[in-house]
Amino acid sequence: MEISTNERMDHFMNRINDGEKIEADDWMPDDYREALIRLISMHGISEIMGALPEKEWVPKAPTVYRKLAIMAKVQDEMGHGQLLLRVAEDLMEPLGKNRDDIMKDLFSGKLKFHNVFHMKAPTWGDAGVIAWLVDGAAIISQTMMLGTSYGPYGRALKRICAEEVFHAQHGESIIMSLAEGTKEQRALLQDSINRWWSSLLMFFGPRTNAETGHSNQDKNMRYKLRTKTNEQLRQEFLTKYVPRVWALGLTIPDPTLRFDAESSEWKYQQPDWEEFKKIVTGHGPKSKERLALRVQSYEMNSWVREALGTCRISKVTR
Amino acid sequence: MESLEYRECLIELIYQLADDDFLLAYRGSEWLGLAPHIEEDVAFASISQDLMGHAALYYGLLEDLGEGKVDKLTHDRSPEQFRNAILVELPNGTGTYLEDPSYDWAFTVVRNYFYTLSKKIRLDSIKKASYEPLQQIVQKISIEMSYHMMHWEVWFNQLINSTPEARRRMEEAVKTVIEELGGVFSYGRFGDRMVRLSLIESEEVLKQRWITYLNKEVAKEPLTMKQGNGRNGVHTIHLANALDTLSEVYKSVPTAEW
Repeated sequence: MEISTNERMDHFMNRINDGEKIEADDWMPDDYREALIRLISMHGISEIMGALPEKEWVPKAPTVYRKLAIMAKVQDEMGHGQLLLRVAEDLMEPLGKNRDDIMKDLFSGKLKFHNVFHMKAPTWGDAGVIAWLVDGAAIISQTMMLGTSYGPYGRALKRICAEEVFHAQHGESIIMSLAEGTKEQRALLQDSINRWWSSLLMFFGPRTNAETGHSNQDKNMRYKLRTKTNEQLRQEFLTKYVPRVWALGLTIPDPTLRFDAESSEWKYQQPDWEEFKKIVTGHGPKSKERLALRVQSYEMNSWVREALGTCRISKVTR
Repeated sequence: MESLEYRECLIELIYQLADDDFLLAYRGSEWLGLAPHIEEDVAFASISQDLMGHAALYYGLLEDLGEGKVDKLTHDRSPEQFRNAILVELPNGTGTYLEDPSYDWAFTVVRNYFYTLSKKIRLDSIKKASYEPLQQIVQKISIEMSYHMMHWEVWFNQLINSTPEARRRMEEAVKTVIEELGGVFSYGRFGDRMVRLSLIESEEVLKQRWITYLNKEVAKEPLTMKQGNGRNGVHTIHLANALDTLSEVYKSVPTAEW
């Protein structure tokens, strides 16, 4: 007997609501698959684009030990990208798409990457702040996703989260050296925190649809791809890191920032969500350059992929 | 330790080993995020970390021998004090790693493959050497060499036996690398004494082992050092540029701990 789509859908939602994990070969509704592809390919490509700002500091890291540590960290980010793109590729296979399509979507601007990786990282202080606070923010949002309803994503995240903890420690170590260092080093650090603050608030996305006009968080919550709202995550971040930043004798560039005991909530000045929209649509300060670097690497190595027999796109189209 | 002469030659040899790995690790790190595919990016990054780790071990030995702190040795020497072969200081292509990097994967594969093979041969020779702390480090490093060999050998063979374009690019790269490969085998002006003091076997013996291993038309050209001998402190402008990048932050606040 034919099973109707409705019955399949009910069964699927029951599985999700019972906390079961969906696997790559299981039946899933199209919009669940689409939501996963969007989420995971964006996450994966963000890891890969995220390697670029930090990579700038690998050769310049000021000691041999720091050079080694930051090289390992950038390698981890690429590795995370690889793990995640493999998950996304499996989801895309029934649609006849593969990694090449992900790259092409990135180049065309269809596939977006995380707001923080559109920003400049002009000093060594930024290398520290990225590892400490951007990775710290990533730990908070990725830990929340560990319970995701899609099994392969959850398993990849488990490994990623474990490594992110090392990254945050690596960042903290850089920060401590700067904070305990000379006047110049402290100034460098304060400057980086000032530069990254609004990007860190933006990291978790807008509170509601009202700020940017659209958001996928409702659907993602329904499908149990995620279990907390953007604002809950941002509050967790503030609770964890604001006291630490203050404890180092550093300031945060928001005079209104305070913990409101009555509502048990941090009050803060909203970042410019119009600016956020511009950044994530590829109009951030470094969007074009980082993307150009990625395109250049893709093109200068096309002969290698062709030689390996993995280049699907014939040269005639160029 | 034995004579003053022995100490002088030993230190010179360790600088050569250290600076070679340090510079090639740097060239490898410039490729981060830009390798032909993500899987290679991850693998290549491991190799570059290994090389940087090997360099750190050698510099640690130099620190023990009274040459100064590791971070000073790596960040605060002038180009003419570096003892690396010119081959490892050459850039990966045109542009810089920050701006418009037009990098040549064929050159990278050939340089790394030929270098790795020569490094393995050098280390095997030093294993029999007379200075124990160096011997111990070399034993440790040798464990990783077989993985590096495997990695670059697979790349080399795959690309040279592939499309006509890949073959052409690889052959061109072989020519470029061979031109400076002689510098990797040189011990510089201390060479004769190093051999006499049993720190390492002769340049010729090692070179012959390298040629015998490849045993193909690949190694038909003589190994030369066209732009000079890095072991004697002769370098190209590329080394000075590399050192400026490597020490930019270190030198920005001279009194700082990082």
